[in-house]
Formats: sequence, structure tokens, C-alpha cells
Amino acid sequence: MAKLVKSEEEVMLADAARGFLDGAAPVAHLRGLRDAGKTHDPSLWKEMADMGWAGILVPEDAGGSDMGYAAAAVLAEEMGKTLVSSPFLSTAVIAATALRQVADDRAKDALSKIASGEITYALAIDESNKFDPQATDLKAEKVGNGFRLTGEKRFVVDGGLADRLLVLAKTDAGLTLFDIPADRAGVERTPQSMIDSRDAAKVAFDGVEANGEDVVGNVDDAMSVLKPALEAGQAVLAAEVAGVAAGAFGMTVEYLKERKQFGVQIGTFQALQHRAAHLWCETEVTASAILHAGRKLDEDPENATLAVSLAKARATATASLAVREGVQMHGGIGMTDDFDMGFYMKRARVTAEWLGDYGYHAAQVAKLRGF
Amino acid sequence: MARETEDLAQFRAELRSWMEENCPQEMRDGGNTEGNICWGGKNWKFQSEAQKTWLERCVTKGYTVPTWPVAYGGAGLNRDQEKIFHEELKRINGRLPLQSFGIWMLGPALLHFGTEEQKLHYLPPIARGEIRWCQGYSEPGAGSDLASVQTKGEDKGDHWVINGQKVWTSYADKADWIFALVRTDRDAPKHKGISFILIDMETEGVSTRPIRLISGASPFCETFFDDAVVPKEQVVGEINRGWDVAKYLLTHERTMISGGGQGLGGGRSLGAVLSEEEHGLEDPVLRSDAMRAEVDALAISLTLERYKDMAEAGQGTGNASAMLKYMGTELNKQRHELIMAAGGSDALEWDDGRAPNWLRTKANSIEGGTSEVMLGIISKRVLGLPG
Repeated sequence: MAKLVKSEEEVMLADAARGFLDGAAPVAHLRGLRDAGKTHDPSLWKEMADMGWAGILVPEDAGGSDMGYAAAAVLAEEMGKTLVSSPFLSTAVIAATALRQVADDRAKDALSKIASGEITYALAIDESNKFDPQATDLKAEKVGNGFRLTGEKRFVVDGGLADRLLVLAKTDAGLTLFDIPADRAGVERTPQSMIDSRDAAKVAFDGVEANGEDVVGNVDDAMSVLKPALEAGQAVLAAEVAGVAAGAFGMTVEYLKERKQFGVQIGTFQALQHRAAHLWCETEVTASAILHAGRKLDEDPENATLAVSLAKARATATASLAVREGVQMHGGIGMTDDFDMGFYMKRARVTAEWLGDYGYHAAQVAKLRGF
Repeated sequence: MARETEDLAQFRAELRSWMEENCPQEMRDGGNTEGNICWGGKNWKFQSEAQKTWLERCVTKGYTVPTWPVAYGGAGLNRDQEKIFHEELKRINGRLPLQSFGIWMLGPALLHFGTEEQKLHYLPPIARGEIRWCQGYSEPGAGSDLASVQTKGEDKGDHWVINGQKVWTSYADKADWIFALVRTDRDAPKHKGISFILIDMETEGVSTRPIRLISGASPFCETFFDDAVVPKEQVVGEINRGWDVAKYLLTHERTMISGGGQGLGGGRSLGAVLSEEEHGLEDPVLRSDAMRAEVDALAISLTLERYKDMAEAGQGTGNASAMLKYMGTELNKQRHELIMAAGGSDALEWDDGRAPNWLRTKANSIEGGTSEVMLGIISKRVLGLPG
């Protein structure tokens, strides 16, 4: 396997992303969107698409750069550091990965529109308050040559802004993944006002018509396209979450050096030094799991489940610790809305749930490790 | 998995057939345990003919110290080849032919700081398992504050006269030589008056006494120096600059102790171990704790890999050993807590063996620098926190 060190290209990609995002999307950008009652900035996404980010997992013959999952993770980590709000994960990672499992013209066309930034996607999968694809209950009833979708999805991340929805539905002999426009008759979207100020919606399907063209891959066999897409999403999300942890941690360490109480910098107190050092250790260990998951998806995707779940579990736990310590070590100011730490805490909580929480992924690890 | 280059594939094939032909069946019993390690040394009694054969065969190929240069008794393997060496050894469930403080600690320090003469003199006997070393660092008054060592070396022209006491010298009673931190300038600041001196344990005036631990009999000893005469040239690095050598060696020691958290990565999973108990992982609290420990173990072992890859790529990992030591040893203690909990009353008898292991792990976060010392290093050198 490729080394667990960022390659020169990956370091350059990270630097370029950081340079762009510090200017175009610092935390203040998310704050601005929230204060304006918005969850999304289409012009920012357009710029990202122009830089090739939307097509990072799109094959070259469909207009993408096909740089792979480790590279996508590098971008996501940088986005996480400043809580960049964009449909990158839903569209460029999850949808692109699902669609590239399919070798037909329709999928290729969709992929090229993803790469150009023309369309955005959301994955409609959760039906309860926890991630559990196998428990899907939304029905796609066979009607003539087509299907009729009935049921409800919730916590559809980017479901309010997306042009298209990937919908997991129960069919006669299994699960099937549908790709339908969000404005099709019978689709009703209700925006959810999320604590992290990002886009999410409840989506009701009231007898929504679909045909064979709308099926991604094969009927009753969603998992052959969805499993790679979910694992890609989980691994790249883990990288974003590691970025969230890094962002919160960086602020905290700076504060320990600046803030004075009892006449000295609070970073001189051993009680705080040791907690900060412990947190750094956790971030280092998590970084290894993140890099490893990206490499595994690039080189041995059939056997990446353990690596991916390890990354998501570790990232979730580390970010949780980073934001809790972040608020505590900042003291009163950490509790104020004027200060950015709260944004990190809220994003960490939302990402903890998205695509499987710590318990879900730890259970995956345990299962694969013979528990 | 990416395909190996042709060179590496060929190396693997040759190594595989060499191991098949040369590793005795008895040495393929699932790897090393505390009890079956071949430590070597002048007084070493081989536990079996097979252990002797395996050592001798590995010595001829340099496989006791695969990454050391051939001139010093190694096989000159690069990192990729070394990985393959360990993979192939694991494939046949083979034991390491030799382990010692000479290999883990003194060797790397000599490779870095020793003169060519010293390397040629001291390294090959380590590689061949002929000389067994122990470490003389801690003293009764110098634990976490290691640089305050008081064992004194007086300059008598062509030799040193050494007086003082070391403690926690593992296997001092079985070792042939000791590498010790000795104060050779009492007037200099504490870090600037220490020399790294090599001392033959047969020197008159050197004696040892074993220490009994909470876990029972132990390899730890006290070591006493009473007017021990040591030739002047047996100093590694510059006189009074032994702290540099000591620190360098400590990074190796810490990495080694951190990897001692058995079962990391390729090792058996904690869940598999605990599942064999009478009530297995039925208890949801135990199960949940074990799951967390397994997640952490896998990620820490990947970190060990990542840091090795970084070191090979020439990226600095100077303070990595403090992190690995802290995380690895804390995890290992946790693992043994869980093993005891899963074992229930079965694990409480001395003869069962689990309790001594559990008790012994409590030293992991003390020896080689405490967890608190590691966190202090990180907060100052990595995070740049004040004070």
C-alpha cells in the first residue's frame, strides 16, 4: 500500500485549498450565511467546481480529475478546519461514487454535470433518528413498467438545496437506489433548521413515479452501488471531522498562549497543558486512521470497511473531545455566540450522527475483528 | 493492495523460501512471549536446540538486526524490506531469533553517535547475541528528573573511577555490559555534565541486587558502583554531552515500550481474546469498553506505521515517540484491565498468570518516562505552551 505519508501532490492540494478557503470561506462565511438565514452559497460552490473540486472523483472521460479518495479527504479536511458549507460531500463524494459504479450513458452524463458544478445531489437514506440503511421502509412499489415511491426520509443532508436525490427504497426482493429530480411531482421537502446552520431536509414521497431509467445500478441490488458510496462518504466525512477537530484545537492552543489569569498565561498551568497535550495525541492517532482509510479506498476498495469505520469512529470521538475541551478551556467566552467555538461544537455533533455514529462504526470494527 | 515492485517481490520470494528451509518447526509456535525470548549473552542458556539453531542461522544472514548495515552484523534492509521480513516471519508464526536492549536501544545510539571503531567493536557481538546489555539510567534520586543523576565518574587520566547507584536496571544480574549515565562534571548545569559510559559488568566494584515488584519477581535490579575502574575510551559521544545520547536512545526505548501494547494491528484482537472467557463479552459494559479499546489499538498501530513511513520520507518525527509511548502504554494498561475483568475470579490466582501481567503493565506508563513527562514534552515542544 502507498505510504501513510501525504504525497507531494496531496500537500500541494492541501496548501492550495487552504489558501483559497482562508480567503473565500473562513468561519465568518458560515456565520454570514446563518445570519442571512441561508444554508448554502451557490457562488462559492461554483468557484470550487471551477477549481475542479466537484469533479475530484469523476472519471476523466466525464470531465473530472479522478484524483481519488485520499485526495478528496485532503480537501475535506481543509474544509472542516473552517467549517466550509458546501455540497461537496453529498455531491462530489457520495453521488459521484455511486454513479461511477454504473457504466451507462445516463450515469456518465450525471457525472459530467457533477464535475461542472451544474447539478447537486443529496442522499436520502435515514428514516429513523439513527443511520441504518438496512432498516429502509420507504416503498418503491412496482406499477406497470415503473415504480411508485411512498414514504419519508429525514436528516437528508443538503436535501434542501439539492437538484437531485439519491433515494434508498425497499423493492420486492431487496433495496433499490433511485436517482430522481428533487422537483418531481409528489416530492415534498421540508427544510430542517439544523444546529450547525447547514442544509438538511425532511423529504416526503407521496406516490412519486419512477421508471427503470431512474434506478442506479440494478433493482433489488442497491448495495453494490451504495456500499462504495457510503464508505467513500464516511471516510471523507471523517477527514472533514478531523479538520473540525484541528480547527477547534488550533484556536484552543492559541488561546492558552494568549489568555492571562492570575497574572500569567493560562497555558502555563499543568492541568491545562496535559489536557491539551492529550488532545494533540488523539488528533495524531486519528490522522493515521484517516489517511489509511483514503489509501485503502484508493487501492483496495473491496476490503475497506474496517479502515473506513475505524476512521469515522476515531474522528467522531476526537472531534467531540476537541470541541468539549475547546469550550471549557476558553471559559465564558467559549459559550458566547460571538465567538466561533460554538460553531465547531455544533458541526461536530451533526457530523457525529451523519452516516453512522461512533457506536455504529465501533460495532463495525468489532464485528470485523471477531468480537 | 498495490502490487509490489519486482525487486521487492523477488526479495519476498527468496526470504520466504529461506525461512521455510531454515526456521525450525519449534520456532514457529505463534511468536514471542515473555518466557520464550532469546536474549543472548555470555551466560545465555538456550531453551532448546531449535532456539540455538534459529539464532545461528539468522546471524549468518544478518536477520537478528535486519536494518543494521552488513558491516556491523545486520542485513542492510530498507524499510520496505524490513516490513516484508516481519510479514514473512509472521506468516510462518515464527519467533524473533534474538531480542535485547543492545538491539533496541544501545545499537541505534551507537549507530548514530559511536565512532567507527566503537561500531565495529560493540555492534557485531550484539547482532550475534554474544553480549547482553542493560541500561543504567534511573537512580533513587533521579526518576522523572533523569538529568539529575548523581552517579559520579572521576577523571583519572586514562580511566574513570565510578561510584554511585542505579535502579530499575532490567536484567542487570544477567547482563554482560551496562550503558550508564554518569555525572562527569559536577559544576556544569545538570544536562551538560553527564557522560554516556559503557561498563563491563565484570568490573571489580560492580554489583547487583534484584527488586521484587507488586507483580512478583522481576527482571529489575539495583546496580551499585563502588570505585569501579573504567577505561577512558568507553564513552559514547563527547564527554559531558551524554544527555544528547541519552535522549536519542530514549526515543527508541519509548517507541519500543509503546509497541509493547500487544495485539496492536496484526496481533489478536481484544474481542477474540475476551470472547474465550466463560462469560465472554456478554456484559454490555465490558463489551463497549473492549470495542473502544480495539478501535484505539488499531488506530495507534497505524500511527506507528505512519511515523515509520514519515521517518523514512525524511519528515521529522522527533516528538513522536512521546506520543506513541503515552498512547500505547495507557492503552496497554486498559487492555489488561479488561482482560482481568473478563477473566473474573479465574484471573485472580497467581498461577493463572494474568494477574502478574496486569500488575506489570502498570509500570508501562512509568518506565522510560512517565505519561506525565510525555505530556509535558508534548505541551512544550509540540504545542509550544509556555512555562
